Amino acid sequence: MDVVVWSRIQFAMTAAYHWLFVPLTLGLALVMAIMETLYVVKKDQFWKKTAQFWIKLFAINFAVGIATGIILEFEFGTNWSNYSWMVGDMFGAPLAIEGILAFFMEATFFAVMFFGWNKVSPKFHLASTWLTGIGATISAYWILVANGWMQNPVGTTFNPDTVRSEMASAAAFWEVITNPVAVSKFCHAVTSGWVTGGIFVVGVSAWYLLKNRHNNFAKKSMLIGAIVGLVGSGAVMLTGDSSGIHAAEFQPMKLAAAEGLQDGGRGAAFTIVPGIKVPKMLSILATHDINGFVPGINDILNGYTDNNGNVVPSVAEKMQKGRLALDALAVYRETDDPMVKAMAKAVLDENVQYMGYGHLEKPEDVVPPVGVVFWAFRFMIGLGMLTALVLLLALIAVWKDKLGAWKWLLYAAIICIPLTYLCGQCGWIVAEVGRQPWTIQGLLPVNVAISSLSAGAVKTTFFIFLAVFALFLAIEIRILVRAIGKGPDVVEPLDA
Amino acid sequence: MGKRKGILQFFASLYGDGFRNMTWGKPLVWLILLKLFILFAILRVFFFKPAMSGLTDKEKSEAVGQALTKPQDNTLKLE
Repeated sequence: MDVVVWSRIQFAMTAAYHWLFVPLTLGLALVMAIMETLYVVKKDQFWKKTAQFWIKLFAINFAVGIATGIILEFEFGTNWSNYSWMVGDMFGAPLAIEGILAFFMEATFFAVMFFGWNKVSPKFHLASTWLTGIGATISAYWILVANGWMQNPVGTTFNPDTVRSEMASAAAFWEVITNPVAVSKFCHAVTSGWVTGGIFVVGVSAWYLLKNRHNNFAKKSMLIGAIVGLVGSGAVMLTGDSSGIHAAEFQPMKLAAAEGLQDGGRGAAFTIVPGIKVPKMLSILATHDINGFVPGINDILNGYTDNNGNVVPSVAEKMQKGRLALDALAVYRETDDPMVKAMAKAVLDENVQYMGYGHLEKPEDVVPPVGVVFWAFRFMIGLGMLTALVLLLALIAVWKDKLGAWKWLLYAAIICIPLTYLCGQCGWIVAEVGRQPWTIQGLLPVNVAISSLSAGAVKTTFFIFLAVFALFLAIEIRILVRAIGKGPDVVEPLDA
Repeated sequence: MGKRKGILQFFASLYGDGFRNMTWGKPLVWLILLKLFILFAILRVFFFKPAMSGLTDKEKSEAVGQALTKPQDNTLKLE
C-alpha cells in the first residue's frame, strides 16, 4: 500500500478511536446534569448519589479520551502538510477557539464538578456540571465547523500568493461558522451522543437489574437514560434528514454512493437492502419533493441538470477547468510580468472551484468505494432504529413496571451498548469515505494533500498508535467494568 | 485584586485537596500523565515532526504551490 493509503488508514483509526470517547462524554454529561438537577430541585440525597455514580463513569471515559483529538493535529502537520498549509488560515480560528474553550471550561468546571461537592453550594456545583457538558458540546461545534468546511468549503477565497484558502472578512468567518453542512453535522453528531449516553445508562442499569442489585437506582437511571436516548434518537432522525438534503445539494456523489445509485432520475426509489425498494422515497428524502431529481453516479460523471435548472458539468469538463486553474496558478507564481499575472489570476478565479479536478487522472476517480458507503449507511440506519426501539421498550417497561417480566429486554439493552458505538462509527464512514477522493471537496484530493513521506514511516507510527490505543482502551474498559461492578454508593429503600 | 486572590486560592485548594483526597481517581490521573508523556515527549518529538517545520511562510507557500502545480505521484512510493 502507498503512503496515501497508510496515512488515510492511520487518520481513520485515530478519528474512530477519538469518537469512542466523544459521544459518551456528550450524552453522559446530559444524563448526569439532569440527575443532579433532580437532586437540587427535590433535595433528595438519592439523586445526589445517583448523579455521583454516573459522574464517576463520565470521569473515567473523559480521562482516557482526553487529548486523543490532539493526535489528529499531529497527523495534520506530519502526514498532511500540504493540506494543513492550504487550510491553515481557515482552520486556525475554530481550532484555536476550541482548544482555549476546551482547556478553560474543562479545567475549570470539570474540576469543580469532580472535586467540589463539599466546597461549593449545590447550585454552583449544578451549574458546573451543566457547564462541563455545554463546554464539551461547544468544543464539538468548533471541530465540526472545521470538518463541515472540508465538505462544503464556503466563506473562503483561494489566495495564489500564499497558496491558502483565506477568510477575507468577518462576514466570511460568519459564513464559515454558519455553514449549513457544519450546523447539521453538529446537531447530528451531538444528538447521536445523547443516544450513546442514553443507551449506555440503560444498558448498565439493565445489568444491575439482571444481577438483582441496586434495583431502585437502576430503574430510575434507566428512566432518565431512556428519555435522553429517545429524545436523541428523534433528533438524530430529524438532523439526519437535513444531512441528506445537504448531501444532495453539496455532495451528490456521496448520496449516490450511499444509495448505490448508478442512474438517477425523478421520483427515485430508496433502497432498503438490494432488491427491496421504497418507491419515490429517495426523492422525498433528498429533495423533499416526491418527483425531485436525484443524480446517480453516471449522471454526475456525465453531467446533469439539477432541480433548480442549473446545468452541472460532467466530471471530464470539470477536469479541464481544473487543469486550466492549475496551469493558471503555475503561470501566476512563475511570471513577473504584471499583465500576464493579471490574466493568469483571471483564469484562475474563473476556474478555481474546479481546481481539485485538475489533479484527477480519469473521471471515475471521483467515485468513492460504493460498497463500503452503501453498507455503512444501512448499518447506521438499522442499528440506530434498533437502539431507538430498545430505548422505547425500556421506557415502556419502566413505566408499566414490566422489567421483571421482560428479561430479554435487559439483555438487548446491554447488547445495544456496543451496537450504538458501531452505529456512530458507520455514520462517520458514510461521511468521510463517502467524500473520497477529496480532503477539501472539489479543491484538494487526498493524493495532493499528503506530505512527501515514505509509506514505511507512516506504517511505523500506525502500528505504534495501534498498540498505544489498544492498551489505553483495554485499561479504560477494565476501570469502567470495575467501577460498574462496584456499583453506586446509594442506600436502597426497603421497598425497592 | 483581593477577589482575584480569592479565586486563585479557591482553585488551589480545590485542586490540592481534590488530588490529596482522591481514591479511585488516582489511577486515572496517572493514566492521563502517562498518556500525555507518550503523546508529547515520545510521539511528538520522535515521530510527528511537522513536515514543513523550519520553513518560513514564503518557503511553505513555495513548497505547497509546487505540490499543487506539479503534484508528486505518491502512488509510486511503494514500500
